[in-house]
Amino acid sequence: MDCIAAKYVSQKISKIRWRPVPSESLHQPDVFATGSWDNEDNKVSVWAVGENGVSSMDDEFEGDPQLLCETKHEGDVLDLQFLDQDKIVAASSTGAVTIFKHHPDKDKEGLSVAHTWERAHRYPCDNAPCTGVVCNSPELVSVGEDGRIVLYKVDQRAILRVIENADSSTIHAVTFLKTTGVLTVNSIGQLKLWDFRQQGNEPAQVLSLTGDRVPLHCVDRHPNQQHIVATGGQDGMLCIWDVRQGNMPFSLTEAHSAEMWEVHFHPSNPDHLFTCSEDGSLLHWESSANSDTPSFLQGGRNTSIISRSAIAPAGGNQSLISAWLAGDSSKGRLETTHMLPSQTLSVNSLDVLGQCLVCGTDGEAIYVNRQVPV
Amino acid sequence: MEEVDVEPNITLIPGVDFRHKHLGFVWGPGDIVVYETNYTEKGGGPGGSGRPAIHVVRKDEDIYSPILRKLFNESHHIFVDLQRIKKDLPSKNKKPQFVSISKNYRSVIRACMEELQQIAVSTQDDSLSTQYGNQISILLAVELIWNLCEVLFIDAAPAGTLLLHLLDWVRLHKVDVDVKAREILQSDSPTKHPAYWDLVISFVLQGRMDEARQVLMKQASLQPAARPMFSLMDNLLHKMPIFNPGGTQTLTEFDVKWRHWHEECDRCLQDSSFASNSHLETICKILVGDEDTLLEQKELLSTWYHFLVTRLLYTHPTVKPTDLHHYAQSCMHMFLGTRNALEPLDSILLAAFEFDLHQVIKDCSIALNNWWFVAHLTDLLDHCKLLQSHNLHFGSNLREFLVLEYASGLFTHHSLWQLAVDYFDHCPEFGRVYLELQIERVPLDTERKALKVLRICEQRQMTEQVRSICKIMAKRALRNSRLGSALSWSIRAKDAAFATLISERFLQDYCTRGSFSDLDLIDNLGPAMLLSDRLTFLGKYREFHKLYGEKQFTEAAKLLLSLMTAKIAPRSFWMTLLTDALPLLEQKEVIFSAEQTHELMFCLEELTSEKCDPNPDQPMQDEEVESTKIELLRLALARNLANAIVKEGTVEA
Repeated sequence: MDCIAAKYVSQKISKIRWRPVPSESLHQPDVFATGSWDNEDNKVSVWAVGENGVSSMDDEFEGDPQLLCETKHEGDVLDLQFLDQDKIVAASSTGAVTIFKHHPDKDKEGLSVAHTWERAHRYPCDNAPCTGVVCNSPELVSVGEDGRIVLYKVDQRAILRVIENADSSTIHAVTFLKTTGVLTVNSIGQLKLWDFRQQGNEPAQVLSLTGDRVPLHCVDRHPNQQHIVATGGQDGMLCIWDVRQGNMPFSLTEAHSAEMWEVHFHPSNPDHLFTCSEDGSLLHWESSANSDTPSFLQGGRNTSIISRSAIAPAGGNQSLISAWLAGDSSKGRLETTHMLPSQTLSVNSLDVLGQCLVCGTDGEAIYVNRQVPV
Repeated sequence: MEEVDVEPNITLIPGVDFRHKHLGFVWGPGDIVVYETNYTEKGGGPGGSGRPAIHVVRKDEDIYSPILRKLFNESHHIFVDLQRIKKDLPSKNKKPQFVSISKNYRSVIRACMEELQQIAVSTQDDSLSTQYGNQISILLAVELIWNLCEVLFIDAAPAGTLLLHLLDWVRLHKVDVDVKAREILQSDSPTKHPAYWDLVISFVLQGRMDEARQVLMKQASLQPAARPMFSLMDNLLHKMPIFNPGGTQTLTEFDVKWRHWHEECDRCLQDSSFASNSHLETICKILVGDEDTLLEQKELLSTWYHFLVTRLLYTHPTVKPTDLHHYAQSCMHMFLGTRNALEPLDSILLAAFEFDLHQVIKDCSIALNNWWFVAHLTDLLDHCKLLQSHNLHFGSNLREFLVLEYASGLFTHHSLWQLAVDYFDHCPEFGRVYLELQIERVPLDTERKALKVLRICEQRQMTEQVRSICKIMAKRALRNSRLGSALSWSIRAKDAAFATLISERFLQDYCTRGSFSDLDLIDNLGPAMLLSDRLTFLGKYREFHKLYGEKQFTEAAKLLLSLMTAKIAPRSFWMTLLTDALPLLEQKEVIFSAEQTHELMFCLEELTSEKCDPNPDQPMQDEEVESTKIELLRLALARNLANAIVKEGTVEA
């Protein structure tokens, strides 16, 4: 916990994202963007840690994020993604999808609006919040409370395809599954696969936890094995799915005591998983598999093991070993670590890249950890 | 009515002609709204046309300062930690925890102050920098008071230790000495610096003997002739006994030792050892605690409480907490004179020295425009069990009253309202009621925010509020023609009436369009279907369509019939259901058994017998369509009955 730096930023953070690091460089990420919500004036801001920081040469302040630039954002920032090195896409509660361009010049550092799709999400006579965006440059997909899925071509500033009424309830999150398809999660606990090659407004596949109808809030795809997907729901349950087979989740783990807002596989070391929640905790999951298969996939199908021990009192830094796969515990096990000191207000967003992790909270704080053991 | 403690401040509202017009106002949660009425000063009826302007008057501007927001957020964290300290721990073990909590609060204030200082220096805007300046001075005062309260009440140091803490307190809040010291010691010849002797005396006044000696050495090395005199002073300063609370020495032993030293200083003064150097003589006079000499250093002392602490250091180092008020009063009068009216800060500090906690809290409440300070301090003091005897004539107790006020202020803020929830949680008597009233008024712009508010309510079993939030969201979804969302929300609220209403809308849509919308939801209702009869019907009816689509005709027919016979389907929908039965009746195979056909016929008869009186509003054409439909149905039913009887007879045979 020593390596965690906290900074109070006078705005509730709804989203936080690392700027991607060029694949050829071996550097750790040092710039991230945040979006705020529930303020009179919401902002998209860009921060730097470490060497890029303006006045953070002292060792003592290393890791303390420095504000590089910020710009006003109409409405709550409901999602934020880096399109590439210098473009940021923001989803707004006004239904707009905006692309910001970051000018990293030393003397006139700033953010400018490159393009906005006003009312990309809307009801017949009102705006509908846009709840999620996902980028696969040059393509961009947004989803909203209006149940629409919109596919954009960023370089042409055009809307390629709209799936009206893709969902009868709110779509909470979206992720690219293949280059031609996306996966959405909604507020009645369903995962839907969409293939953009198919015409019509019907999903290619629907997965759900039968009978439960617990809203799902976040989804992330395994970086190497695209059929493995993790979701988090309102009850704080972490589900691992294999979208190739059946519509039951592979495993279910009780992770948080309230809404899980985000789940992320580590991009280069996917045996590690990170989740954050309304209950104010940020968990690091490490599956130490002895065999070649990732432990998420071990054990029989339809076994749902609920490990109560995974819910530790917030505040402890103790690691817990939960019997993730009781049937096969010799082969793999899952270790859970609390990443934050005691916290009461929601951790809304997190991002992890290399050894660096950032998260933002409703307590108006940003936490940076640059020594994540992965 | 009780007397007012201070005359109220008058705030002039720009653009309002209060001399000629009567003002009206309405209380809001954090602000008041003021408007001009049509009534004039001279009384009488409405005169003239009031300008239609409404002014919002806000008492607390601090809550909107981005830097002070950090103070609110960080202190919220500390507040929650404090509430977690277990009640049943013996008080001896708790004291260090309370002191550390108090220090945390103060360090948050200090951090805020430093940030304000930085920004005040860098800003170009004059009015802004004055505003920052004001905030800094308020925070300085707040920290000063808090620190004193920490020494006197929370740490409650006994005689001996008490003075050491007070010295630390003065040193911490009189930092200009260090600034001056740095400036002088870095100059070319420190001893020639005009403020050299001021520095030495400032060190002595704060009891920083080692530093005073170091600075004195520089002078001594330059004056070889006066060296014996300087080394005598050095010796006096060196020998001054300082109480060591951790050591084995008792207070009496210390007192004896200190008296010896004091007499020695006195002797030096009597035999004019320092007569040739007026500065050293002054220092010696300070060491024996000479009042007049001390008062001559007003400039260096700058405040009466510094004077008090210095005077105690050199006259009564073993002062008891109970005697403090006596010295405090006399020092204040000596220092300020009796004529001057007291500043609020002075009277607050005096009240603290008098151990009059309630006066401290009351004066602070009046002097400061924000409840942050009093609420957190009172809460901490209450945890230290220092406020128990006091009861208010209103509300629950002082702590709860102040915490509620502070939290209500937070709740009026568009973003800080989330912090207030934890404060309300720790007000046992009225917190819940306040929260219930406030939480319903949080504007819900997005579902995400609604979910957060819902979570707060659900965690506290506030069913009424849960229902109302879900209803708001359901109504909004309905207004935006998002039937699926609306239904989800009413299922979450377990709101049967609203679920019925939405199910009706679904059925209407089906009737007009001939197909269902939002199948992903209706097909997955599960047990939620049982929430209302109409919803059950909707789910089951859709199931019928699914069975029909899958060509499971027998199952479909059975379900269709049961929907009518079990009275799940609303009567108004029976005609549609019977029409749905038509294609089943027309199948080549016999699907409805004879018995089932009888039941269908019975349903049709029941329906038609009710409709005997023709609806005058219904156009003739519709009626014609209807009667053709009935004829068709009768025909189909009769044919099916015949087929069924034949078939059943054949099988039996």
